[in-house]
Amino acid sequence: MYAFDYQRPDTLQAALAAAAVDDGAFLAGGMTLLPALKMRLSRRSSLVDLSGVKELKGIAVEGDRVRIGAMSRHVEVEDSPLVRKALPGLARLAGGIGDPHVRNRGTIGGSLANSDPAADYPGAVLGLGATITTNRRQIAAADFFKGMFTTALAAGELITQVSFPIPRRCAYVKFRNPASRYAMVGVMVAQFTNEVRVAVTGAGAHVFRLPDFEQALGRAFSPDSVLRLSVSSEGLNEDMHATADYRASLISVIAARAVAAALAG
Amino acid sequence: MSITVSLQVNGRNVSETLEPQTLLVDFLRNHLRLTGTHVGCDTSQCGACVVHVDGLAVKSCTLLAAQAHGTQVTTIEGLETEGRLHPVQEAFRSEHGLQCGFCTPGMIMSAVALLRRNPTPTEAQVREGLEGNICRCTGYHNIVKAILTASTHMPAQSAQASRS
Ligand SMILES: Cc1cc2nc3c(=O)[nH]c(=O)nc-3n(C[C@H](O)[C@H](O)[C@H](O)COP(=O)(O)OP(=O)(O)OC[C@H]3O[C@@H](n4cnc5c(N)ncnc54)[C@H](O)[C@@H]3O)c2cc1C
Ligand code: FES
Ligand code: FES
Repeated sequence: MYAFDYQRPDTLQAALAAAAVDDGAFLAGGMTLLPALKMRLSRRSSLVDLSGVKELKGIAVEGDRVRIGAMSRHVEVEDSPLVRKALPGLARLAGGIGDPHVRNRGTIGGSLANSDPAADYPGAVLGLGATITTNRRQIAAADFFKGMFTTALAAGELITQVSFPIPRRCAYVKFRNPASRYAMVGVMVAQFTNEVRVAVTGAGAHVFRLPDFEQALGRAFSPDSVLRLSVSSEGLNEDMHATADYRASLISVIAARAVAAALAG
Repeated sequence: MSITVSLQVNGRNVSETLEPQTLLVDFLRNHLRLTGTHVGCDTSQCGACVVHVDGLAVKSCTLLAAQAHGTQVTTIEGLETEGRLHPVQEAFRSEHGLQCGFCTPGMIMSAVALLRRNPTPTEAQVREGLEGNICRCTGYHNIVKAILTASTHMPAQSAQASRS
């Protein structure tokens, strides 16, 4: 690693001030940032450790929404009685990220800011229609993911919390890359009283919705409704793990499994 | 920039001045000479470097020593009590849960954390719990057996012991 300064401020204001230097970076769980620094893929002058900032912690249910602080670790979301009750599909998603050691450190804020095309949380954020709050504004899920590892966040902008609406039911299923455990295809299906949402992660440059799947499930919320639908492979990811065609055919299969899982509760 | 990092390692208070980019694993191995914690991949995948920070299993190659300031760290050297092996260590020995032994410290630290979360796991849950630990030798079978054996031998207090 190249040398950097390190600070661990206690307040949001101090964290923002500390990061307002050339090449400063927020350090959340470090599960993505530290490996990048170690391989010298990235060079930062200063790391601002967010773990002491109280404003970024905590999980709460407020009316028909679940609010999760940006520094909530994956294991906290997985274990939270509130999330398990209101959004069991999200608790299970968090419990399926990486491995136990990664879940003990990695955070929802870091995962979203990083916007890995194969990450799991983006599926939930777009699939449930969550709102991302930063120190400056609120960003709707549809406006947040801009491309591979690219988001709507400006330099120095900090995610403070994510607010998820509570659906009637939802479930996330992923087809894991057996080595990395990231999603080759991951699908979140959420049924609300007035709409059904389907979001796919792992298959494209960033998470996306499937309107024809949503309409079919709106008519009949059953696995068969999506199994017979097909997805075009155009623009889908192609790499050593899977061709675009393979990913396209996985989407219908995994979406059907997600519907079945949502129905099973 | 040098910073002072103070933490408890295996129950002992330590305080050192170091560069911020010092990784926890390098601090443990090079500064404290606790070489039981291994570095297998250095790319956050293999789990040979797993230690407990405030009771949670983490990859010490992917944590700055500075991030562990003010915490309690337990390494493989801190598991035994008064010269007696921890039940998980004992089970790895009796079930032959190792060959070359390189992955073993990380496997054992992961297993202790796993059993603390779930004292009576099924075989499938043990295998799932080891997803962050790679072994090149054993094919995992005896490691899983050792952890299942340990789960039947673990008195409640030894699950606690590694926390203090
Ligand atoms: C072995 C391994 C397996 C993994 N498997 C999976 C998997 O299966 N699925 C999956 O989804 N992920 C996986 N991950 C990634 C993991 O979920 C990380 O936790 C996540 O990508 C980054 O979160 P972090 O808290 O560690 O962020 P960091 O690494 O600390 O930060 C990542 C980036 O986000 C920025 N940042 C952090 N917090 C904020 C904030 N609040 N506001 C603005 N910017 C911020 C940082 O400056 C940095 O640029 C894996 C990681 C590893 C090492
Ligand atoms: S050395 Fe830390 S995960 Fe391999
Ligand atoms: S015993 Fe050799 S790597 Fe596991």
